Amino acid sequence: MNSTEATTTSTVRDAAAARPRWQVLLIRPETMTLALLIGAIIVASNLSPFFSDLGFILESSTYYIEYALVALVLTLVIISGEIDLSPAAMMALSACVFAWCYQAGVPIELSMAASLVAGILMGLVNGILVIRFQLPSIIVTIGTLTLYRGLAQVLAGDRSIGKFPKWFNGIDYRLVFDVPVPVILFIVASIVLALVLGTTVVGRQIYQIGTSEVAARHAGIRVRRIKTGLFVLMGIVSSIAGLLTASRLASVRYDMATGGELQMVLMVMLGGTYIFGGRGTILGTFLASWLLVIIATGMTVANIAVTSQLIVMGLLLIVSIIATNAIYARTQR
Amino acid sequence: MNAVSNLLGTLFQRREAGIVVMIVLLVAAVGIIQPRFLSLETLRIVMLAIPLIMIAAMGQMMVLVARHVDLSIGSILGFSAIVAGMMFRDLPDWPVLVGVLVAVALGGALGLLNGLLVTIFKLPSIIVTLGTLSLYRGFVFLVSNSRQVDPQFIPKSLIQMSQTSPFIGIPWIVIIAFIVALLTYFFLDHTRLGRQIYAMGSNPVAAPLRGIRVVPVTLLVFTISGALAGLTGVIYASRFGYVNPGITGVGFEFTVIAAVVIGGVSINGGVGTVLGTVLGVILLGTVNVALPILGVSAFWQDAIYGTVIIVALLIDRSVRQRGIKALSGARSNA
Amino acid sequence: MFKKTLLAGLALSVAMISGVALAQDKVSIVYIPKNTGNPYFDSLVQGFVDACAELGCDFTTAAPATAEATSQIPFITAQTQRGVDVIAISPNSPDAMNQVLDRAREKGVLVLAVNGDLVDNYEHRDAAILPVDFTKTGPGQVELLGSMIGYEGEIAILSATTDAPDQNTWIAAMENSLATDPKYAKMNLVAKVYGDDEPQKSTTEAEALLQTYPNLKGIISPTTVGVAAAAQVIQSAGKAETVKLTGLGTPNQMRPFVKDGTVQAFQLWSPYNEGWLAAHFAVGLKNGTISNEVGSTFEVPNLGSITIGEHNVMNTQAELTTFDAANIDEFNF
Repeated sequence: MNSTEATTTSTVRDAAAARPRWQVLLIRPETMTLALLIGAIIVASNLSPFFSDLGFILESSTYYIEYALVALVLTLVIISGEIDLSPAAMMALSACVFAWCYQAGVPIELSMAASLVAGILMGLVNGILVIRFQLPSIIVTIGTLTLYRGLAQVLAGDRSIGKFPKWFNGIDYRLVFDVPVPVILFIVASIVLALVLGTTVVGRQIYQIGTSEVAARHAGIRVRRIKTGLFVLMGIVSSIAGLLTASRLASVRYDMATGGELQMVLMVMLGGTYIFGGRGTILGTFLASWLLVIIATGMTVANIAVTSQLIVMGLLLIVSIIATNAIYARTQR
Repeated sequence: MNAVSNLLGTLFQRREAGIVVMIVLLVAAVGIIQPRFLSLETLRIVMLAIPLIMIAAMGQMMVLVARHVDLSIGSILGFSAIVAGMMFRDLPDWPVLVGVLVAVALGGALGLLNGLLVTIFKLPSIIVTLGTLSLYRGFVFLVSNSRQVDPQFIPKSLIQMSQTSPFIGIPWIVIIAFIVALLTYFFLDHTRLGRQIYAMGSNPVAAPLRGIRVVPVTLLVFTISGALAGLTGVIYASRFGYVNPGITGVGFEFTVIAAVVIGGVSINGGVGTVLGTVLGVILLGTVNVALPILGVSAFWQDAIYGTVIIVALLIDRSVRQRGIKALSGARSNA
Repeated sequence: MFKKTLLAGLALSVAMISGVALAQDKVSIVYIPKNTGNPYFDSLVQGFVDACAELGCDFTTAAPATAEATSQIPFITAQTQRGVDVIAISPNSPDAMNQVLDRAREKGVLVLAVNGDLVDNYEHRDAAILPVDFTKTGPGQVELLGSMIGYEGEIAILSATTDAPDQNTWIAAMENSLATDPKYAKMNLVAKVYGDDEPQKSTTEAEALLQTYPNLKGIISPTTVGVAAAAQVIQSAGKAETVKLTGLGTPNQMRPFVKDGTVQAFQLWSPYNEGWLAAHFAVGLKNGTISNEVGSTFEVPNLGSITIGEHNVMNTQAELTTFDAANIDEFNF
């Protein structure tokens, strides 16, 4: 095990005065996200009388939930010390693969399968470039984001492809206990991933890889396999998000989810995941996703100009990262 | 023998060799398919495609060498351009140079703010500048009241910087870009401060021990990056003849980072040369010009663009690995 | 079962009451342009503002930051939630908004497409206000360029994105005129290129046109960004004498090029009148003085008699306005 590091940190921790239990529980980045979320709900309700309507908020949330779904897996990738900026482009390409197949006469179920395969392949390419060729993931995925988006354009060209069967369209309008299906999917995925990250061996290993890759390798963790697996998982979840978007819009175009990568990174960062890896939780990303939904929806329904929305989003990211860093510095160093 | 393998080692290590090969191959290939490409007119178009990316790339390169990144340059560019444009529009009697200086100063100030956030709060620059990317774009809309500065208000003398030339047909803005590159080269390679940026980037922990004052140097690097992005904003107004709050500079950071990385600057800090960056910018500019001249369907352009970035990364890696092998071979001989 | 009917009945009566209440209120109109900071739409908004000042309707405008296909969707949902009577929209996509527009219409919102239509998806909006009969735009542009180059020589088209529906309609009509009208027999369309409505890309494409086709006599660029970029390129290259340029542009954008002779003439229409007509139509429809049926006519101050044409489309003017050195200073938009 990464013994030296573990012992030194624990001695330092022992030497310091033990912090009260309430501090350990409360002074966490997720607490900040939760506080911001509650604050945002209060402000939004006061900004516009039209905001406080659960049906409306849930309906509006479906516009962001596809990104949030991807952000959950992106959280794991960032905890492991890598980053993936290509998921929005992967959403577009896998959705274009789906639509192209369907239009070519392939049965819709097979087209969906093809879309998933495309997602797996794209994730694998990212993984191979980063792991096998040891290239920095931030630049690799800036490259593949351009490449995948370009391939989507090659495949779908200038057209918007639609006319899917009725059952495929409008998944965001299908409700289970008054909650849109994509939101249910997001909640289920959050619970599953939180359990994987928090309670399984693989989850613990992801944290260890992110904290110190060298130590993790010495401890016998299959770093390359886990990281490649995470990149492939990004491809799969992006493909699912792409299909959800295709169903919501009832059409597919190569420019689907343009710029979505920034929103996804914002969700992960707002949730208190540490950009250099090793720290972060699914709960944080989950809360941050809802924070973004509330802020975007609240400002839009209050007719606040996008100008101010850009400024609020930017400030929020900076403030949250300052707070996150301060909290980590206080509690874990 | 020893000297020869040493020389080979350093030559292979030179990232620049790989880019030159790529540029030559590209020009040759395009020239075979479309002979018209090999003309002076093409050279002029490539030259005009370069300055915007080159000036900003010099700043970005310094930031990367210092082991940071600046994603906000597109928004800084937009902010400087729109403020300069509004000055040209609302204060037509003021000299153009004042507008240029204001743009550079504002860019520098926004860059400094990035640097302050990074140093005071010890934050990762990628996230800080992701935030200011959004924040500064908000400022662009705010100061301009979401209104574009129309072509009629951009001074003719500024526009002519892209159209007229002091000698042998090289437009002014290209000369400005190369002067910026030369100054950057001089600064990075021939001043103590410049060397300190490399030292700081290759080993930030050891930097203070070597007497490098990390905070001021970091602030300086971000300020220069911002100021150069501000200068790029004015060049933008010169080249395109108007400034739009929602268009000017959007997505520019990706192009610049791609050019810098193709030029062999390492995202891990401490590595990178001005020559490599200039070549990276020229390669990217040539690709940009070659695709439409080849008549490549617009659909294919992004896919090719992405492939070039990835191929450049892979070539970079293999060149460097061979360089390391050659070097270690030389060492074991000795 | 009974409970459900009762609830439905209750909901219906509430809806009726609020419907009556709304009818007595001022008609509230919201206009959603393609994106913010686009000078073209400033003038269109002014048309709405002036009309509402006269007619006594409530008017607001809300625009997304980018003109990406889905960026208007949250705005449509939010405005529906705000309970506006009329949503006027310049759509960023001909089909991605179908479902959310249907939802708005189910809730009693009148949906008008302004300045661009939901091509082939007409059933998802109530009516469309277009500046001119779009079938005439293409031939009008060909004729204007033809008159500049003596109806002879190689010509090229620089368009917006490959999938811009309006531009593609016009280009198809241009190709049709060139192929069928003997007057244009000697005009040879050699290239169609796309600048994506980005200044940088439009510039590169225009430069490549001059480079690739040394005998090029004329360029048509039916998009405001493209025509301005092409003008700048021709001015830069000093080729105003040999390559004639025309297209659709705004007077403010084109003024310096017309004044220095780079461009002899270009065309457009009045965006202001589109806003003016849309507001009059919406208020008239809500007050019951206008019926939204194909073939019916109504009077609008300053515009005269307007007829609702096929697919419930109405036009503000019959022919394109041509701007040249003689009249350009009469316009400011």
